[in-house]
Amino acid sequence: MQRTGIFVANMKKLIYFSVITLICAISIVACNDDSKDVTDNPDLVAGNGKLSLKFDNVSGNQDLKLDSTKYTNSSGEDFTVTTLNYFISNIKLVRDDGKTYTIPQDSSYFLIRESDPKSRIVTLNQIPEGNYTGIEYIIGVDSLRSVSGIDKRVGALDPSGDPEDGGMYWAWSSGYIFLKLEGISSKAESANNKFYYHIGFFGGYDSKTVNNIKTVKLDFAGNKAVVASGNVPQIRLVGDVQKVFNGPVPISIAKNPSIMFDFTLSSNAANNYKSMFSFGEITQYRFL
Amino acid sequence: MMSLILFCCQTKDNEKTESWKPTPLKWVKPSNFPDPVYNLSKNPLTMEGVALGRTLFYDPILSKTNQISCASCHFQKAAFSHQGQSFSPGIHGQLSKRNSPAIQNVAWNPVFFWDGGVHDLDFVPFNPVQNPVEMGESINNVISKIKKLSDKNAGNYSEMFKAAFGTNEINSIRMMKALSQFMITMISSNSPYDQYVAGKDNALSTEQKEGLMIFRKNCNSCHTGELFTNFSFRNNGLPPMKINDTGRFDVTRLDKDKYKFKVPGLRNIGLTAPYMHDGRFKTLEEVMEHYTSNVKKSETLDPILIKENGKIGINLSKEEKRKVIAFLRSLNDENFLQNPTLSDPKVSGF
Repeated sequence: MQRTGIFVANMKKLIYFSVITLICAISIVACNDDSKDVTDNPDLVAGNGKLSLKFDNVSGNQDLKLDSTKYTNSSGEDFTVTTLNYFISNIKLVRDDGKTYTIPQDSSYFLIRESDPKSRIVTLNQIPEGNYTGIEYIIGVDSLRSVSGIDKRVGALDPSGDPEDGGMYWAWSSGYIFLKLEGISSKAESANNKFYYHIGFFGGYDSKTVNNIKTVKLDFAGNKAVVASGNVPQIRLVGDVQKVFNGPVPISIAKNPSIMFDFTLSSNAANNYKSMFSFGEITQYRFL
Repeated sequence: MMSLILFCCQTKDNEKTESWKPTPLKWVKPSNFPDPVYNLSKNPLTMEGVALGRTLFYDPILSKTNQISCASCHFQKAAFSHQGQSFSPGIHGQLSKRNSPAIQNVAWNPVFFWDGGVHDLDFVPFNPVQNPVEMGESINNVISKIKKLSDKNAGNYSEMFKAAFGTNEINSIRMMKALSQFMITMISSNSPYDQYVAGKDNALSTEQKEGLMIFRKNCNSCHTGELFTNFSFRNNGLPPMKINDTGRFDVTRLDKDKYKFKVPGLRNIGLTAPYMHDGRFKTLEEVMEHYTSNVKKSETLDPILIKENGKIGINLSKEEKRKVIAFLRSLNDENFLQNPTLSDPKVSGF
């Protein structure tokens, strides 16, 4: 029963992981008195504040407009964008005292779709009060959630979407598409001039695949998002599609009109887009 | 342990009505089988859940054209495989690229599909539903179609979801759990072979008993145990056909996995023809002929098929092959094929 063996081994790994986490938690509690690192930087507990993130997608210094505006990538190729979707997950906020607040796991998965303005605003609740100076998140879905049971696949993680029409789940390999960029370019030699970049892979279930989970860390350039009673900050985060093409290994539409399952190309794209986000500004909304 | 698990059907969902009490379904592990892989405590079987899953399984609403159901390619009389079809026609008559496997004893499957892309039964139905050449539909759309079905239809989904899960809500989690529940009841464990294992000596003929010995000696390293598979991925020396299906490589992208396919279980093998991932062999005789005489050498050929003297294949005489086939036919389980609880409930809205 070799396969069962592997399955059991995987489950064991998870169990080991949980046990180790538990041991760590216990040791953290046990070491509270003499471990400065731990006491200086504990994760904050939930509060009553609110904060929102506004994902504003652009192409270089131009606003991103689906289906219409023509842009030029770093290889000098023209393109329009027909679809831009990406997952944002595992959000963590950094406060000016160095403490962090991690959004509870089950409330920390968002699918941003350029075609749906509502999806581009992410509201985070139960934020502890304070002045926040930075944010961390994952572009994509972490590996643990990528292999979790069906009960955990709610909201943005529901695998029910049509993968040919905005859906973000590959049923055949049981993984999410982290970022989907589709568009039209005169340089794409596909029959309809379309290019398709579907970037996924969380590292594999029982056979190692490429791991394209990317963590983004941004600081608010000295600005503070003030979360307090009656104070709801909105942080604009700018996502630049040019970065999908332009990065450590530039991607050419002519050469690769379709990137999906090739590990090298897929990881090139992910390594490029991991730096697509930058801090825009903070708008403080006040409610009496 | 199983019965313990099955009888605790509590739920944490507080939206459910107080009066909701589904009927737990007793699920008995066949005595000669190992413990199941599927976690039944997370999706306890109930009469209502299984009934919903059964209705969905036989309902063509799952396909874009409302013409193809799961049962269109998985017939009970063929152990829920597609008898006689190498490739099954999907919507608009398109053909799939791999043979529809039998659905049986899935609670023991740690991995699904010929290439092993799925590890959890609850995620299996997304595949045929979404595959453009199979049902060509999205689960989202199936859900909206089901919601639109008026109550006059015999298959009153709203009531069925409520009976199975406590409220009328129709969502993908419930749909998948119901389908899993039904598929988990597709247990084949009462073949003449099982009766023989249980002590009924005359359940197998002398020829079949000899065949069993030859089988265990020559085929057991892959077709292991009571499920007759170790769920590994192997290249068994079939020369690739024109479409050049690279199998497991599709999922892992590792060169070492090229042309490897999951070792299928062999229960009801006499009824699941044609054979292999592409249904290229019509008879068990052809299958045996392949293993003894036609295994093709390639980089990823399973080393177990290469003998010490460098020759390729399994060494069996004509007589031995005949006996092995006779034994394999003892895995046909008439009870399973005739089980009325697995048949078409004929309540579809279409």
